[in-house]
Amino acid sequence: MRYRVLHNTHYYYEGPVMLSQQLLHMSPRDFYAQTCLTHTLEITPPPNESLKKHDYFGNITDYFAMVTPHRELAVNSSFEVQLMPRLKLGDLYQSPAWETVRDNLRMLNGQNQDAQAFLFGSPYVACSDALADYARLSFSPNKSLLQAAFDLTQRIYNEFDFDPDATHIDTPLSEVLENKHGVCQDFSHLMIGCLRSLGLSCRYISGYILTHRAPGQEDMVGADASHAWVSVYCPVYGWIDFDPTNNCLVQNEHITVAWGRDFSDVSPMHGIVLGGGSHTLDVEVSVKLINS
Amino acid sequence: MLESILNSYPGHQDRHDELLESSGKPRPHWQELISTLEQVSPAQMRERVESIQRQVRENGVTYNVYADTKGLQRPWGLDVLPFILPHEEWAGIEAAVIQRATLLNAILNDVYGDQNLLKEGILPPALIHGHAGFLRPCHGIKYPDNYSLHTYAVDLARSPDGRWWVVADRTQAPSGAGYALENRLIISSAFPELFRDLNVQRLSGFFATMRDSLAYWGRVCAANQSRSNPKIKALGDGEQPLTVLLTPGPYNETYHEQSYLAGYLGFPLVQGNDLTVRNGVVWLKTLSGLKPVHTILRRLDDDFCDPLELNSISVLGIAGLTEVARRGNVLIANSLGSNLLQTGALLGFLPSLCRRLLGESLLMPSVATWWCGEPHALETVIENLHTLVIKPAFPQINEQPIFGEDLNHAERDALIAKLCANPQNYVAQEQVKISQAPVWNAETGKDEPALGSLAVGLRLYACATPQGYVVMPGGLTRVASGQDERVITMQNGGTSKDTWVTAPYVTSYRSLLRKTSSSRDLVKGNANLSSRMVENLFWFGRYAVRNHHFSRLLRTAIHCFMEFTTEHRAMEWPTIQGLCNWYGLMSADNEENPRIKSSEALGSLAEPELSDELIESLLVSGIFSSDSPSLASHIQGFQTLAFNLRERLSSDNWRNINQMAQRFTDSPESATLSEGLLILDETTASLVTLSGFTLDGMTRDQGWRFMSIGRRIERLQFLCTLLSRALKMPAESNLDWVLELTDSIVTYRYRYSSQAEWLPMLDLILMDENNPNAMVFQLKGLIKYLAQITATYGSGGEGQFIGRLAALRLFDPDVVFRQGNTELIAWLDETYNASIALSDSLSHRFFSYSGQLQELSAQEISQQEIFNF
Repeated sequence: MRYRVLHNTHYYYEGPVMLSQQLLHMSPRDFYAQTCLTHTLEITPPPNESLKKHDYFGNITDYFAMVTPHRELAVNSSFEVQLMPRLKLGDLYQSPAWETVRDNLRMLNGQNQDAQAFLFGSPYVACSDALADYARLSFSPNKSLLQAAFDLTQRIYNEFDFDPDATHIDTPLSEVLENKHGVCQDFSHLMIGCLRSLGLSCRYISGYILTHRAPGQEDMVGADASHAWVSVYCPVYGWIDFDPTNNCLVQNEHITVAWGRDFSDVSPMHGIVLGGGSHTLDVEVSVKLINS
Repeated sequence: MLESILNSYPGHQDRHDELLESSGKPRPHWQELISTLEQVSPAQMRERVESIQRQVRENGVTYNVYADTKGLQRPWGLDVLPFILPHEEWAGIEAAVIQRATLLNAILNDVYGDQNLLKEGILPPALIHGHAGFLRPCHGIKYPDNYSLHTYAVDLARSPDGRWWVVADRTQAPSGAGYALENRLIISSAFPELFRDLNVQRLSGFFATMRDSLAYWGRVCAANQSRSNPKIKALGDGEQPLTVLLTPGPYNETYHEQSYLAGYLGFPLVQGNDLTVRNGVVWLKTLSGLKPVHTILRRLDDDFCDPLELNSISVLGIAGLTEVARRGNVLIANSLGSNLLQTGALLGFLPSLCRRLLGESLLMPSVATWWCGEPHALETVIENLHTLVIKPAFPQINEQPIFGEDLNHAERDALIAKLCANPQNYVAQEQVKISQAPVWNAETGKDEPALGSLAVGLRLYACATPQGYVVMPGGLTRVASGQDERVITMQNGGTSKDTWVTAPYVTSYRSLLRKTSSSRDLVKGNANLSSRMVENLFWFGRYAVRNHHFSRLLRTAIHCFMEFTTEHRAMEWPTIQGLCNWYGLMSADNEENPRIKSSEALGSLAEPELSDELIESLLVSGIFSSDSPSLASHIQGFQTLAFNLRERLSSDNWRNINQMAQRFTDSPESATLSEGLLILDETTASLVTLSGFTLDGMTRDQGWRFMSIGRRIERLQFLCTLLSRALKMPAESNLDWVLELTDSIVTYRYRYSSQAEWLPMLDLILMDENNPNAMVFQLKGLIKYLAQITATYGSGGEGQFIGRLAALRLFDPDVVFRQGNTELIAWLDETYNASIALSDSLSHRFFSYSGQLQELSAQEISQQEIFNF
């Protein structure tokens, strides 16, 4: 499966910005299920300096800075990726019981080091008894980890309402759990909080998803959006991705950009500007299947 | 007399006593102090104590308490008696501190590098990945000579058996070394002979070593900068790298210490917005442009240092700093992320880490500490809860220590439940009965000397050098407050002691403060004057004068209001009321800011007629009100501004400003006009003193020039505003109030001894070259200072004012200096506008770097996007 993704971000400032420094997580990373074929980043006005690097989690970051006064900032990212097939639900029957995984992750033997980095609370994900209690309804004793994780995915999908106006980025998880609505980011953070509160390891994935349109409907740039889902660590298989917003095990319609502990590690665009006053923002995303 | 002093000394069976052996005899290294005390009369001791308190006050040694709303600062507590350590014992302590600093540095390098300790399972992942202080963007940064822990402090306590134990490590931005230095200066002068006879080791060498080491690594960074950036010249021979001390600002609890240390070490004291990152280099914004910074000694918390890569909510940091460190273009001491080691959870792992990393056993044990994240540790903790102190394991958990022995049954159960729910979040520490040392009770010492005793803890300091760590031969002895001997903190009113380490041989006698200044230090102050400092000085000048005008205006208004009946003051009152209103001091409904009004309104006369009762209440609130614009709120703002200039103001001056602000804080809730008059008189007097100080007490550098320009601009604007309005009064109005407002009434009466008239009044206020309140005086000063700016930085903009002065002088007084003259009014309005333009252009040109940072975050992106699946 080959996809083309466009992600255009445009800032309009009330006054001139004298200095702008931005850090992007917009270049898709390579891993076993994905290869990035091409990626271009167009920035206007042209930055005075820019730098491509990898962060602690191995994601690609693009830093740029502008010292010439400007009133608009446009970042246009476009890329093509090739997705490889992933394991299906039926393939994952060897998953150990979740308690076994939890106890293994606690061991001080230097194993599972990669997974142990994702066991603990993080800026947007505070672990709590309430989250653990909610998770336990899926994580019954001796249940296989991946079955339980899929059950949790379904419960979040069924019990929570998708509502873009109900939450903002700083809405605490306790409130999301209480009011039972939010967006993909909240559902991902919630699921991560549930798993970590049980002592399990999981990541936040930032990326895009293919949207299915009604037959005959034209593809439009900007009709899509960036997306987020959850990756759960399970020995034998490694990291397995679940999407609580779409009630599914991730297969071949999710395009990964970056992963981290939560949104704060992989925010697509994060920056500091000097001056500028208030601003407005336009974002357009389009995801297109170009070859299956 | 020996007996009498020691007889009153309270011993303590179950603690180690620093002064007495178990037999009751003083330990050898205290004997000389005791015999000195014995020879000194109670009166002399009282004098010394008072002298110490005076020095603390006069040097402005303070400790800020965040929660303390009554005044920001508290005088530093300092006991007259030093804490004495013999050199034999010191050698062991010193070796242990060096080893510990070396060990912690190695752990830090591993965690931010190869992470072998995690791979080998020696460090539990929770201590790193579960610690909010583990800054992932800092992973992989390399440091010159592999030092990431450049300064280090450790808290020690002595147990009943006489052994020293480590209670806590300070690895982020240790505070207190500056206080130790100030304590030394004060206490060594209280006992000069004893200090000499005991051969006390000096502290200055430690600070010189620290400065030299930072400069050494600063040079490495300077070389990196010029290698990667062709525009940056390599440091010349004898040219020093630029080291700055980064402070969180005047509201930090140890700001005084930071400004003191900056002065002592010769480093500019800077805040985050004094620095900026361009092209992978940190620059200091100075009046003469951007200067590359090589070393940052920071007192700002790790994650607050960089809002771009670390904590995005920080407004105190420097966006992009992490990347500069990554490129090796700046040395940050301590390295970003060093807060990671400041956790009690690590203590229990240190013995094995020491063997693994240094191949040695740990020389000084830590107070027994269990990290509850280990299952068997949790069991032990629960079993022995009554003997333990429970503390949070990580800085992100904001909870107070809990003493197991204080808990009743229910509280105990609740605590156990809490520990079991999140064991990795807590450590339990054994409660040590810490040693006690003699203190001098100044309060009770009226009839006989009172040698008391209190629990003490020792904070020691080490710094890295290219050859290894060195320890300050001394330190900060902290004394418990007496109420709860289990907790020693300066926050809860504890005091401190100077720490004397005796030397085995005579150390060279040397005064401590800046006896080694070189010519480099002499040039420094001015060259690296930050834009922020200059901007603050400019506004300090403006607001000092503005407040002076405000208090005079209110006083004049009250006099006019009280002296004349409604009909008698009818002619001039609308103008006075209009002025008060213009400045927002009689704002019944007018909330506008006077500064943003344009000059069109300068001479507007349409003032509403108010009842006497309303006028009275408006005037009172114009002085005292705390929730609308008033003299009180302006003085408060002025005090805050002055606080930002602490290191530029003498303590006398600072005290004057504090007293001025204090009067408003102390004033009764429902004040009267006569109380208002009293406070106006006092405020005016304080401001006169202040302006005397700026004339006589400050060095005439560029900063002073900007301050003077600020003063002149403010006075110029006031004269324009006042006269433009006054000229529109009826011709037969009483003019005394105008003279009073411009502080020219005495001169006028002396010269003319008659009722004020328009021509002589306007001549005195506009043209008299000798009247410091006259228009020409402001213009000439402004032109002079702007010309000095021009000489250094290119056009300062004085040309316009030369033109305005010439135009003023060309006026024919007999024709123009009359009531209602439109030519003169037009000149005043134009001059006012010119001064506003000047202020704006100075801000734009010299202060523009200091604008407020704004975070632009993708947070909106994710929410404003359409989620349509």
